[in-house]
Amino acid sequence: MNQTSENYILIPGRTSRQGTSLNQGKDSTAYREEINTLLMNPQDMQKLGLADGDRVRMWNDVGNVVVPCKSGKQELPLGMLFISYGDISSRLMGGETHGSGMPDSKGLDVSLEKHADSDD
Amino acid sequence: MSTAEQAETAAAQLKIVKDATCTFCGCVCDDMELTVENDRITKAKNACVLGKAWFFNHHIEQRPQATIEGRAVSYDEAIAAAADILLEASYPITYGLSDTTCEAQRVAVAITDWIGGTVDTTTSVCHGPSGMAFQGVGEVTCSLGEIKNRADFVIFWGGNPAESHPRHFTKYSLMPKGEFIPNGRKDRTAVLIDVRRTKSAKAADIFLQIKPRSDFELAWALRGLTKGVDIDPDIEHKTGISLETLTDMMDRMKRAKFGAILFGMGLTMTRGKHINSEAVLALARDMNQHTRWVAKPMRGHGNVTGADNVVSWSTGYPFGVSLTRGYPRFNPGEFTTSDVLARGEADAALIVASDPMSNFSQPAREHLKNIKSIVLDPKLSETAKVATVAFTTSTYGINTAGTVYRMDDVPIPLRPAFDSPYKSDYEILKAIEHRIRERQLSAAVS
Repeated sequence: MNQTSENYILIPGRTSRQGTSLNQGKDSTAYREEINTLLMNPQDMQKLGLADGDRVRMWNDVGNVVVPCKSGKQELPLGMLFISYGDISSRLMGGETHGSGMPDSKGLDVSLEKHADSDD
Repeated sequence: MSTAEQAETAAAQLKIVKDATCTFCGCVCDDMELTVENDRITKAKNACVLGKAWFFNHHIEQRPQATIEGRAVSYDEAIAAAADILLEASYPITYGLSDTTCEAQRVAVAITDWIGGTVDTTTSVCHGPSGMAFQGVGEVTCSLGEIKNRADFVIFWGGNPAESHPRHFTKYSLMPKGEFIPNGRKDRTAVLIDVRRTKSAKAADIFLQIKPRSDFELAWALRGLTKGVDIDPDIEHKTGISLETLTDMMDRMKRAKFGAILFGMGLTMTRGKHINSEAVLALARDMNQHTRWVAKPMRGHGNVTGADNVVSWSTGYPFGVSLTRGYPRFNPGEFTTSDVLARGEADAALIVASDPMSNFSQPAREHLKNIKSIVLDPKLSETAKVATVAFTTSTYGINTAGTVYRMDDVPIPLRPAFDSPYKSDYEILKAIEHRIRERQLSAAVS
């Protein structure tokens, strides 16, 4: 495993902005921005040397995404990530539903590291 | 044109629709006052931010009413192609249905029955686990009106109503004065249980920031406390919530006159899924040994509850129903759409009023884009983009009348604002059903 990656728990969920912008259309700038932005705990960001807007790579055994991050301020405990649900979070969701019909859609184990181009 | 004629024309193009129904979320607020000007809704009085976005962004778009492989075709050609796909498929699935009328949902179930397919709704990726829990435990339930008029203790568990159901607090669960809640907010205790300190936390009196994947243990510990069982203080290590806090909360819960647990995706989408929902439903049931408690799921879409009702009264089961043998079979994990697509089993899909290409798991999306599909949507959704046959439809509640169910199973009529040149889901599905039956009956005769 990559020495610089960290293990996190990803929570995809609804936000006001995602709910309003999806009515404009899922091609709209507002919707795309919202589902692409990863909220992080500020101390986690500091540990990885991240500032708002820096890109991070997030992956698990299903998929691999690169997204900009933003401080979640007081919202998230250490080790937790949040993203508005949509295409990005879907790329990390596997097909297993454990006989429930429901894929693991929240509380996904992911790895995360600062993306190489963030230093540019 | 004279001034009088101009004024008359202007007045004719402006319309106020009172008591319209918003179908963005499961609150299904039916007190909207819509101002319609030239077939656009320009004002939506009483709507929240989500409702306003819904009403302001569903004007008529100029698109073909039907396409086959992206090519504009006549409506009749598209209906015939759709019926062919469904009749020729070995494992057709019908999916979605949460953003359309009950009248249309019934036809979708009927089509699935005629062709011997599997019918499933967005419930399976929302509160399907709760539906399974209802079968295991039962639901101590009530209407939202009862919560408004009686509930003096409300627990929001695994949900963020401030962002997903903005008017829920003000209309039902937190702020309003009720018949037995004369002082409104002051008469209520609100608890939020979540892994994140969301915007809803500000509205609560008590916020319990639970550790991820420990909702079941928390609910079970509370169940133990209802029954006077000694709970190991190690519960704090697992859940992040101390036994002292839980004991204090249970004392308050027992002293409530009418308590309500309103739960969301934090329970159904995480480790445990239907077992989490069972735990919370069982907790509400157990609390009735002491005082009155209910537990209700917070439903996300305007008519997902209607879909549960229609599929249940049609087949006996709420979602994930196989009609492939000519009688209904229910088995989440076997017949639910996420699984049937992820395992590559379905070879055709009829998708109505939902967008699985945007929100389903990666393997399910990979398969869906490779099979034949018929998609009905007012917008050019990600799912419509990969459709074999796509229909642009009118929007329910804005262009089309019908019945929808609020999250508490109360049926509410739609009061549309302006007409659409596009056909409704109901009309298109009836035409597909008609064509299917024509072909099946003529095949039977020959």
